[in-house]
Amino acid sequence: MSQRSTQSKLLSQVTQSLSTASAWVLGLLWIFPLLYAFWAAFHPPAYVTHFSLTAPLTLANFVKAWHQAPFMSYMVNTVAITLLILAFQLVLCTLAGYALARIAFRGRGLVFALILMQLMVVPEILIVQNYQTIASLHAVDTYFGVGLPYFASAFGIFLLRQTFKTIPQELEDAARIEGCSTLQIIRKVYVPLAKPTYVAFALVSISYHWNNFLWPLVVTNTANSRPLTVGMAIFGAPESGVDWSVICAGTLISIAPLLIAFLMFQRQFVQSFIRAGVK
Amino acid sequence: MFKIGKKRLLAAALATLVSGIAQAKTDLTMYYPIAVGGPLTKVVDGMVSDFEKQNPDIHVNAIYAGNYNDARVKALAALKSGQPAQLAVMFSIDVHELMDLHAIIPFDEMAKTPEDKAWLHSFYPALMKNGEVNGKTWGVPFQRSTIVMYYNKDMFRAAGLDPNHPPATWKELVSMGEKLTHKDANGDVTQWGLMIPSTGYPYWMFGALTKENGQVLMNQAGTKTYFDKPAVVEALSFWKSLGTQYHIMPKGTIDWGTLRQNFLDQKTAMMWHSTGNLTAVKNNAKFDFGVAMLPANKEPGSPTGGGNFYLFKHSTPEQREAAFKLVKFMTSPEEAAKWSIATGYMGVSPAAYKTPALESYVKTFPQAAVARDQLKYATAELSTHQSGRVRKLLDDAIQAALTGEESPKAALSSAQKQATRILRRYH
Amino acid sequence: MTRNQQLYAWLLLLPALALLTAFTYMPTVATIWHSFTGSGMQDNVGFNLDNYRDLIDDDVFWQVLRNNLIYAAVTVPVSIVLALVMALWVNSKIRGKGALRLAYFTPTILPMISVANIWLFFYTPEIGLFNTILGWFGHKGYNWLGDPNLSLYSLMLMAIWKEAGFFMIFYLAALQGISPDLYQAAELEGAGRWTRFRRITLPLLMPTTLFVLINAFLNAFKLVDHLFILTKGGPNNASNLLLYYIYENAFSFFDTAYASALTVALLLILVVIALIQFGVIERRVHYR
Repeated sequence: MSQRSTQSKLLSQVTQSLSTASAWVLGLLWIFPLLYAFWAAFHPPAYVTHFSLTAPLTLANFVKAWHQAPFMSYMVNTVAITLLILAFQLVLCTLAGYALARIAFRGRGLVFALILMQLMVVPEILIVQNYQTIASLHAVDTYFGVGLPYFASAFGIFLLRQTFKTIPQELEDAARIEGCSTLQIIRKVYVPLAKPTYVAFALVSISYHWNNFLWPLVVTNTANSRPLTVGMAIFGAPESGVDWSVICAGTLISIAPLLIAFLMFQRQFVQSFIRAGVK
Repeated sequence: MFKIGKKRLLAAALATLVSGIAQAKTDLTMYYPIAVGGPLTKVVDGMVSDFEKQNPDIHVNAIYAGNYNDARVKALAALKSGQPAQLAVMFSIDVHELMDLHAIIPFDEMAKTPEDKAWLHSFYPALMKNGEVNGKTWGVPFQRSTIVMYYNKDMFRAAGLDPNHPPATWKELVSMGEKLTHKDANGDVTQWGLMIPSTGYPYWMFGALTKENGQVLMNQAGTKTYFDKPAVVEALSFWKSLGTQYHIMPKGTIDWGTLRQNFLDQKTAMMWHSTGNLTAVKNNAKFDFGVAMLPANKEPGSPTGGGNFYLFKHSTPEQREAAFKLVKFMTSPEEAAKWSIATGYMGVSPAAYKTPALESYVKTFPQAAVARDQLKYATAELSTHQSGRVRKLLDDAIQAALTGEESPKAALSSAQKQATRILRRYH
Repeated sequence: MTRNQQLYAWLLLLPALALLTAFTYMPTVATIWHSFTGSGMQDNVGFNLDNYRDLIDDDVFWQVLRNNLIYAAVTVPVSIVLALVMALWVNSKIRGKGALRLAYFTPTILPMISVANIWLFFYTPEIGLFNTILGWFGHKGYNWLGDPNLSLYSLMLMAIWKEAGFFMIFYLAALQGISPDLYQAAELEGAGRWTRFRRITLPLLMPTTLFVLINAFLNAFKLVDHLFILTKGGPNNASNLLLYYIYENAFSFFDTAYASALTVALLLILVVIALIQFGVIERRVHYR
């Protein structure tokens, strides 16, 4: 009996360490492009394709990248646009997600199907037409102009609807008996319980809009509203041959806030999951 | 306190005055793409603000619009919305499309005085070829380039070749290339003789090979292509043979974007690339390098490339005048010289090369003059009606031949057949 | 259901629907209209089916479609399985959990424009990373992006890298939502690790899997940004995908009418795929 248990313990230890090892190998593979970006950004251009421990360190690439565009105002714009979009998305998607998940109104199936349709439409294809709309609203070169087409996210609505459906109806009924209005129920019952979904959606939305390029380029004109990616594009043009050191330096500049936020956020991110998970 | 108040009052009065003037100003919007590295948006901004100083009644919004493709998307979107720019720098080869859209006006409409007409004739004729259609000038050269051959002089010396005698003919290209190609004990190549990029803009490189073989790719009206002419097939077979027969170039396609790094890392002794790379190669090469004209077979030659100024139709007469003035300013010898030094693009007129700035630059850096000297053999870049589609047909045919999927002849004749079908309705 | 509640539902949906109408439905309808009445860049040349006739005759369209189906068939399952495995790892008591999470999440933070350039370096022959590594083992290496037999698979590799980390987030969120009590109860009943995974984790992850699956399929058709830098669809369309081809038609060929017809084709494909998935999977999804 005891022998068998040690054996199975040993076996599980082996599988455990095997699994840990493969997790780490995969992790290394996955983070490699980022590591490479660090390498290329902090070394002279001569070392972008040669790896040597003695390669001298330099900040010249950052200086060079920094001077190509007004990065400070681009950074402010990016933060503003990303947060503006996220704020609208969270509110609009919560309302719509709740209606679709919990109110059995006539035409619900149709509306849901319509919303899912948006997932299948590629926004970039609609650039020319959406530009006309934004231009007629006189919103070209403003944060709203960049954000408007993204405020209603089918992705978010779908995600929240799915999550809301998994929340027990009894909780809502109980709250209603206590006299809560629908908006209060959404805020006090649904939103807190869907926290992991909100965090996941926020991560996705922020990453997407932080890195969105073509639409912001087309609909903005000046440093008043242009985001970081437009600055990035100036040296990310393969037309003239790729200059990896400057591209990587620019990349690190532009993702630094995101990276730092992720590292700081990471613990909270997990905790929020756990709290919501334990209920 | 009082003083500050007074100052403020003065400032407010001034502001009203200035805004009053601003309303009387002509507002211009200009889109421009950047396709080479460096803080070039600042150079453009500087040129524009110099222009505004000289013309206080004109206000210019110079808007960076990404690379050439992004700029085209932006221009199209603005055009469709009814609020287009008044002028833009776009691919010189977009001319037929822009004309077919009725989006642009010819410069001849604006150049009425003898001085203006003289200005219109002040550019290198080779750079005008892509902008002239139906006897009118629709595009004026601004950021223009051509293909040149970069070569590693140190490798030439090591191979026992004269570093000041780069290959001038296809024959020499092959024989020197063979000497410059090195293999290790396993028979793997460690150093290539030559690389000609075949992604990104294969048709452009091919335009050089066909011109060298004495054949252009299309007629000036942009209604006919000559993809299946024997000289064209021969040019493609030659390109392919560099890899498959002479083994001086890697087989298959060679990437445009990473080629410069290959050259800088000394993986290849020679590369064909845009003059737009000159400054970057100059700054990063750890070896002695030379720039040469492309080698000739029947004749020397290269297509031109890059961006022209266009004037858009949708604008007031004042705006047209102002836009015309701006183009004249930006392409004036002094500004063209400044632009050329900052970017590596060509000075667009002979007068630009006679300015003290560019003259002394060329003296200290003679490689910069090769593109200019090659201009007398230059031809237009492939440009037809439905340019993008026709271009892609040729690109695909070239890649199919280089990767061995089809023979050069078969690939080119099927491209020609399809191009003819597309262009039929423009005759 | 009271009339009041009906009204309430519509009120809640109104802002989202209004914006979707303005920025998705109307332009989509206009696109469909343009595909039947446009020619080149011109609108309203009269109702015609020329764009669709061209589409059927267009060899490149069929090739691009085939490429895209292969691309989806490989990237979708691989990235979903990887995503699930990753999520299980970073949800367990593994050493260096935080660092691993960051590593798996990297592809989502890095902007495509720079990441594609970095991958271009990995792939490029002579100086690229992959061939250098192969060289250590005495292998000559490949022309990853320039070989028509390889270029599509090279793109897939990068897509899987980009997608798996992204989908991991959703699986992680779902895993965190599963009550530990369930596992404890199962353990008391003597269920092994595999049984617990199969009987508890997988079924409870079903809604997430549906969501991820649909998105993976959509992304296989919608994400083509890397093509702009890596291959531009080449060599000779070997790695061209449908959306990139639409871009080329709309913005390089100035042929918005044909691009519209292609867009309609893409839309139809996606709708069919989504319908199939809903039909097959929604039945197997259990909501608590």
